[in-house]
Amino acid sequence: MNQPWLLLTLVGADRPGIVAHVTRVLFGVGAELGETAMMRLGNQFAIMMMVRGAGNPEEVAGLLESTRADFGLKLHVDEIDAALHQHREPDVSVTVHSADRSGIVADVTAALLEAGMNILDLRSDVGGSTDKPIYIMQIDGESSQGIEPIEQCVARFADQGLTVRVTPLETMRG
Amino acid sequence: MSVEPLPILTYPDERLKTVCEPVEQFDPELREFAEHLQHTADQGPSAVGIAAPQVGRMQRLCLVDATRAKRPVDNNGPLVLVNPAITNWKGFAVGREGCLSIPDYTGKVIRAETIELTAQDIEGRTVTFKMKGFEARIAQHEIDHLDGILFLDRLVSRHADLRER
Repeated sequence: MNQPWLLLTLVGADRPGIVAHVTRVLFGVGAELGETAMMRLGNQFAIMMMVRGAGNPEEVAGLLESTRADFGLKLHVDEIDAALHQHREPDVSVTVHSADRSGIVADVTAALLEAGMNILDLRSDVGGSTDKPIYIMQIDGESSQGIEPIEQCVARFADQGLTVRVTPLETMRG
Repeated sequence: MSVEPLPILTYPDERLKTVCEPVEQFDPELREFAEHLQHTADQGPSAVGIAAPQVGRMQRLCLVDATRAKRPVDNNGPLVLVNPAITNWKGFAVGREGCLSIPDYTGKVIRAETIELTAQDIEGRTVTFKMKGFEARIAQHEIDHLDGILFLDRLVSRHADLRER
């Protein structure tokens, strides 16, 4: 029986070579990688990886201790109840932009929840300049009640200076 | 149709990377194959197209059917395209694609927004079509199959965001 999946999270100052070193260590002990996602947030490196076959969380942390220390990273390992081949397809995309202010994510995601949308992917960023920041958010999700309730729910944000675009998505399969 | 669906080849089968030969013989057997191919696509998860090489027949024939889109889109009806060739492209759009030959994975691909193509129908008559949006995407995906190209070969960043149409 396969060992359970672990979710390995690494965060720290971004430097070349982190992914290569971490995966080399894991490959060296015969670990299996599942889905992974790496991103840069605020000039910081962050990666989450599904890993199994390299021992329990403490053993995996021990294997990576040298690499973690060399790169000055924070490491967190959890056992998770995960499985591969569980993909879900978004059928709606919501893009939001405005002058930056607090509460945009909370307001918009609450409205989307109210409209029956389940978020599958969310990316937000702050652009513009330091004195005139702008906020941009892109959300993909599943619309359990169709796209119209979502359009109606986000229409209120126009009065608050937010531009919100709702786009239906359809996966072409052939 | 009571016959069994044809087995669908799945990646990394080398035949999916092979350029197909033109169809030269337009006969009842070809018509029967096209029907069998449609029957096969019908068994898959909401397929709007399929190409002959996906069932191991290495000939330039594919089906395009935008009438099966979940939301109504501009379309030319259910099409059997034999020896299709795209003759004109315009615009670009990002869209999510999946493939009967690549289960459990979808990804973003940039395709021309509008195309013109020429082909032969199942009887061998020359036909031309103008397509846009979703239907143009289906045709480009299926014609790629005839050239041994998979949507995996055309993946763009999952965060690519040319306006979707």
